Amino acid sequence: MGAIFRREFGAYFTSSIAYIFLAVFWLFSGYFFYGTSLYAATTDMSGMFQSMFLICVITIPVLTMRLFSEEKKQKTEQGLLTAPVSLGAIVFGKFFAAVALYTIGILMPFVYALILSGFGVVEWGIVFSNFLALLLLGMAFISVGTLISALTENQIAAFMLSFVALMALYLIDVIAGYVTIDWLANGLRTLSFYTRYYSITCGLFNVSTIVFYLSVAVVFNFFTIRVFERRRWS
Amino acid sequence: MIEVRNLTKHYGDKHAVNDISFTVDDGEILGFLGPNGAGKSTTMNMLTGYISSTSGQALINGVDILEDPIKAKSFIGYLPEQPPLYLDMTVKSYLNYIYDLKKCKLPRRAHLNEVMTLCKITDVQNRIIKNLSKGYKQRVGVAQALINNPPVLILDEPTVGLDPKQIIEIRTLIKRLGKNHTVILSSHILPEIQAVCDRVIIINKGVIAAHDTTDNLSKNVSSDHRLLARIEGPREEIVRALRDIEGIKYCRADMEREPGVYEYELEAAPGLDIRRPLFDIVSEHHWYLLSLQSTELTLEDVFLKITMGEGVVIPSQQKNGGE
Repeated sequence: MGAIFRREFGAYFTSSIAYIFLAVFWLFSGYFFYGTSLYAATTDMSGMFQSMFLICVITIPVLTMRLFSEEKKQKTEQGLLTAPVSLGAIVFGKFFAAVALYTIGILMPFVYALILSGFGVVEWGIVFSNFLALLLLGMAFISVGTLISALTENQIAAFMLSFVALMALYLIDVIAGYVTIDWLANGLRTLSFYTRYYSITCGLFNVSTIVFYLSVAVVFNFFTIRVFERRRWS
Repeated sequence: MIEVRNLTKHYGDKHAVNDISFTVDDGEILGFLGPNGAGKSTTMNMLTGYISSTSGQALINGVDILEDPIKAKSFIGYLPEQPPLYLDMTVKSYLNYIYDLKKCKLPRRAHLNEVMTLCKITDVQNRIIKNLSKGYKQRVGVAQALINNPPVLILDEPTVGLDPKQIIEIRTLIKRLGKNHTVILSSHILPEIQAVCDRVIIINKGVIAAHDTTDNLSKNVSSDHRLLARIEGPREEIVRALRDIEGIKYCRADMEREPGVYEYELEAAPGLDIRRPLFDIVSEHHWYLLSLQSTELTLEDVFLKITMGEGVVIPSQQKNGGE
């Protein structure tokens, strides 16, 4: 797993995806930080953290689009799948490489908090729990993108499909609002990524949220492993 | 050592590989010969665990590839048809990655240097793979298979797309590797298999069409019984006269190469040399024999012969007869 993680993480930088991701991520988060905290002259960063959700929906597909699609296209997948490593190590190696780069991206709010601490009192506990929430949310999103990348050999297709999938997860509450069947609407609401995330930005942090995001990540990575197993046996 | 028992792969109704069995002993080089789409790559992909078999078993050093894939894979160095190279990496960092991927325990620096020297890629080690020529890429592909010094090497068409000099280099390398590795090599080029392998399996439409040592197959080699002759003279008469040669099985006039000069395709019974009677007949009639050439059997001919039960006939290098 270590070898795959290191290669994948390095590939982000040689393929310049890392720079594009970080630039876009920091540009948008900086803009919202300026708009909701600096311009509004408050040390409350919840507005910025709330908008981070949408930034993730847009930028995480960039991180995950080539994870497996590129391997398939360049036929390097064959080398990977015939190497003495388990499918789990392959999938999680790539997954954590994406998570690592993503983590660099979401460290930026600490810098913002540091800037704000020059003007007033910052609630570091809330900043930290928001960071943790972003990390968990990102892990769940990255696992979804990883699965989609394993299903196609076209990076652009992987990007668009992941974007649509994450957008659907973002809008799940809106969709639930249109559903007239009660049990279905309630079912959709319990799957809501945004409500959980939103309550953290307001300072409410509970264990079920952690469990929810982590299990999404595990389940989707498991699906990815299944995709490769099925392909081998087909 | 590789043991394959009744290996079968179906894709829906299509039988890609059907009930193949063979063994390869330690230190042996086995050639896998067949036209494109015969099932060579499918078999190799099953041996290396890239795809599963529908039924049957493949044992690598006694370990079933489906039961304990990680252990079995650790015995194998595999060069797929298209080398699995990350084009953005330098040769050195790529080989380092493979070293880590295979969880190699050999001393890193020394081992990588040894492999690079063996494959003659030491002087390109700091270059990005994308910028290498096809021959070098292929050699990097061989190098990645050699890392961790696996006892079994499976090479899928290692010389495809290389120029003649590179082909000879890769062949020499494989021969050298065959001394202390078990090697399976696939190719659709007959002389290549002959030059390198101890034993040959000819595979066609997913089944083994012939399986013998290279020596045995070569014993039946006969390149003199199939000739291309260019003769100046009346076409019909010549064909008629040539058909009277004793032991001739087939004679046909080909296209007109020069004004009044046709090319004739001749085939005699295996082992029969008809060059002298041919010369006699031509000179008797006062025609002119302008060229005489023994033709190389194509792979298709070999298959035809094998499947039609005419015995194995594999041509040696093309020889040119006198005028």
